[in-house]
Amino acid sequence: MPGRELVRVEGLTKYFPVKKRLFFSRTRSFIHAVEDVTFTVQKGEIFGLVGESGCGKTTTGKLLVKLYEPTRGSIHLGGQDVVQIRRGDRLREFRRRVQMIFQDPYESLNPRMTIFDIVAEPLAVQGVRSLAEREQRVADLLSKVGLTPPETFMFRYPHELSGGQRQRVAIARAMVVNPEFVAADEPTSMLDVSIRAGVMKLLLELREVLNVSYLYITHDLAVARYMCDRLAVMYLGKVVEIGPAEGVIQEPLHPYTRALIAAVPVPDPTYKREPVEIKGDVSAPIDPPSYCRFLPRCPIGDATCKGLPHPSLKEVRAGHFVACHKL
Amino acid sequence: MALLDVSHLTMHYTTKMGDVHAVDDVSFKVDVGQALGLVGESGCGKTSVAMSLMKLLPDNARILAGKIVFEGLDLVPLPEEKVRKIRWKGISMVFQAAMNSLNPVYRVGDQIIEAIQQHLPLSIEEARAKVAKLYTLVEMDPKLMDRYPHEYSGGMKQRAIIAMALACDPKLIIADEPTTALDVIVQDRILHRIDEIRKELNMAMMYISHDIAVIAEVSDVIGVMYAGRLVEFADTVTIFKRPVHPYTIALMSAFPSIKGEKRPLVHLPGEPPDLLNPPQGCRFHPRCQYATTICREQVPPYQELESGHYVACWNPQREGGANARA
Repeated sequence: MPGRELVRVEGLTKYFPVKKRLFFSRTRSFIHAVEDVTFTVQKGEIFGLVGESGCGKTTTGKLLVKLYEPTRGSIHLGGQDVVQIRRGDRLREFRRRVQMIFQDPYESLNPRMTIFDIVAEPLAVQGVRSLAEREQRVADLLSKVGLTPPETFMFRYPHELSGGQRQRVAIARAMVVNPEFVAADEPTSMLDVSIRAGVMKLLLELREVLNVSYLYITHDLAVARYMCDRLAVMYLGKVVEIGPAEGVIQEPLHPYTRALIAAVPVPDPTYKREPVEIKGDVSAPIDPPSYCRFLPRCPIGDATCKGLPHPSLKEVRAGHFVACHKL
Repeated sequence: MALLDVSHLTMHYTTKMGDVHAVDDVSFKVDVGQALGLVGESGCGKTSVAMSLMKLLPDNARILAGKIVFEGLDLVPLPEEKVRKIRWKGISMVFQAAMNSLNPVYRVGDQIIEAIQQHLPLSIEEARAKVAKLYTLVEMDPKLMDRYPHEYSGGMKQRAIIAMALACDPKLIIADEPTTALDVIVQDRILHRIDEIRKELNMAMMYISHDIAVIAEVSDVIGVMYAGRLVEFADTVTIFKRPVHPYTIALMSAFPSIKGEKRPLVHLPGEPPDLLNPPQGCRFHPRCQYATTICREQVPPYQELESGHYVACWNPQREGGANARA
């Protein structure tokens, strides 16, 4: 399935300033939300970003769809530098090619708009003037996302739909402009189990039908295993491990990934998990130290790690990279 | 004798649109020291069952039938002042998202002391000593009791809430989604600690969750709820290895796992019914691939299939377990 490269992210960094209490202090602190993140997404690939809350996965997603501007680093889409795009027609063209699906379908749909208006709005922005054509496109997308027959949904309001149906509307809205790349931020985590499997299958189907690539952001490793071709594991703004999804989950290399996977409950009462070997809590990445960010919790790190800068990613197996001095 | 014996519990909410059939004919038992898991999707009535047990129902809720017998005493007809004596001391509860309900302007320890003094005749000093002990039990530094909620992380708040639930040495704790908002590593530690405390104190637990993987890890027995009814009940291994109700089977196959062979997820068509107007007969029949005429017409009885394995289904799938979790 993966073919040529669609998205190339290099050295992507985003700092957010933190307000300090001292009135006249000139020193400013920064949350290093995303730091020096590099990866590529192939055409037709589902690339997963996993990690705990606050690890920077959503910030990375928002940087890729230009809801945030990076502090440093570059993002290329099909060879074109997207950081340079500021406004006007080029930004509009970018928005046609790149869309986002948000986590909460109760928040992301305007309650005063009908389903037709919600799904047709991106078309209007993209300059599809003819009402007949917009109707045609919306009806087509609603059937593709399983809201059939589309006529019965078009003129209803979000409050008349269930959570699963709303998320399908949000997916239709993202897909209506035929994007090449969609950032999906926890698209199924608000949904119930029996509904969630349906939405996951829909996203997989749409990849085939519409030939779209995803950045799939999730905290749920079991979901990531089912959805993603490749995975990047983030910890405090850094990618610590990156590789084929099944490889990362079945044979994790980085001590953080190992702990994260060991902590996931398994729906099988006869399965005994390995103990989780890390201590302490995640700190906030405010002015982090120069050494490995995972060191304070690391079960294998030692004094030598403290003297070295944060490790860079190195290839340990084919296509499987890890950032650790000890491996 | 069971610690808690719930039989034929039926509870409806009266609304302008009609009656919501939130809990219908639910029966189960919890033994001393046992961990029960109640699973089901949002709106299936699992929290309504818990609130009925605590008798903490809103004004429009009515218990229409059934008994809730706790240590030989039926709580249903009991007046509020007598229920108050059982609440917190007999049965306590960790409410859903309770960690967000700590009062931000009071020290966390003081909030727990207040709860203790409501129920036990202890002086401030005795109550403080008790809180310090509870903090140690949930693996927190007792010094943290003089801090405010905003100084706590999510996991610490949840530990404080668990300490509060333990404050009056209850025999049963109901934990409604105790770790849902937490990251997996913190969740893992808290679940393990609760389980250890339960065994140390020989306390019964009733876990309520939508997450079957969490329930699998901490429960001795599991009840599966769908649309206000208990559809299957058995020990944990039986529920996972040999489920017979089509809904339980579907729930298992819809749940992704990080271990084992990567099977395609089975997607259950349709949505749970509207409990204002539940379907006739079995409430699951509109989504059930095995539904027959009788399923559409008559409510399946909740009966014992084999020892300790209860199911409410006209067509239990004995081979279902093999398909669900090979």
